[in-house]
Amino acid sequence: MARAAVLGRLTWQLGEVAELVDETARVKTLVLEVPDWPGHRAGQHVDVRLTAEDGYQAQRSYSIASAPEDERLAITVERLDDGEVSPYLAQELVIGDKVELRGPIGGYFVWEADQGGPLLLVGGGSGVVPLVAMLRHRTASGASVSTRLVYSARSLEDVIYRDELDRLAVSDEELEVLYALTRERPPGWTGYARRVDEEILREVAYPSCEGIAFVCGPTRFVETVADGLVAVGYAPEQVRTERFGPTGG
Amino acid sequence: MDEQDLKLDGNAAGGLLREVFAFELTTARGRCENCGAVAEVGAVSVYANAPGSVLRCPQCESVLMRIVSDGGRYWLDARGISWLEIRR
Repeated sequence: MARAAVLGRLTWQLGEVAELVDETARVKTLVLEVPDWPGHRAGQHVDVRLTAEDGYQAQRSYSIASAPEDERLAITVERLDDGEVSPYLAQELVIGDKVELRGPIGGYFVWEADQGGPLLLVGGGSGVVPLVAMLRHRTASGASVSTRLVYSARSLEDVIYRDELDRLAVSDEELEVLYALTRERPPGWTGYARRVDEEILREVAYPSCEGIAFVCGPTRFVETVADGLVAVGYAPEQVRTERFGPTGG
Repeated sequence: MDEQDLKLDGNAAGGLLREVFAFELTTARGRCENCGAVAEVGAVSVYANAPGSVLRCPQCESVLMRIVSDGGRYWLDARGISWLEIRR
């Protein structure tokens, strides 16, 4: 597994907004041109820093959405109305603007194709972002690792990357995408219609609980799912977690 | 919002730890001096809402490490960690 030796000093650099993609009403993807980007691994994040005219700085972490194989770096940002950073990133930025960032950061919540699987990915809300980076890496690297994504969202309209996920699920026999819609369901909905619980996890767990599970989302979601996975038979060390907090805005 | 909502994990401290350490620290393993539990730094509890960041043991919640930065210097208290095993 690729592990960097002594890493270079983590420095702030500028990325230029090359493309903006509306994912949902509240979520936008920023595609950035970052000169001398050192490359990243699926699951890593960047820190983004904004500086006001009076020198005040606010900093937040955002998961990288793009695959390591992609040409440009993409982050996906959910707008939190009372946030300090996300409203600017998701509403004010225009193509050509510069964003100050540093990274890639992290190694614990990372999946590389040669780690194998099967992979159980469980995401809540924008916690799906690093999991989708893993799916994109899996596809781009030609890995045929059996994978299940369980994605909890309030409604179908809140599902980020929905077209891509539905397309991948149809074209890739080794990939299953399961939505758990917690608030609103379209008429005739046959998928899960509640929060991810132990019963759902029992249904989606791989036989003998083999492989690796990655869980990302708000703190309570992550703790419920991680405890549930252990209850259905996963060993704690098979379960990797990443929590998003209310300070993520 | 209660304390539970403020809890993050070692991943969230990755950038700060990279400012201080030459290695990626979220994959390092550390032992809790209080209860003896061993965990990867990415899996420990992190509270970043304090003036600084507080890393706590995911098993017993005792303080592992505190890092405060005032811009010009870092102040690091690691008395809650017996040892760190850092991957090169």
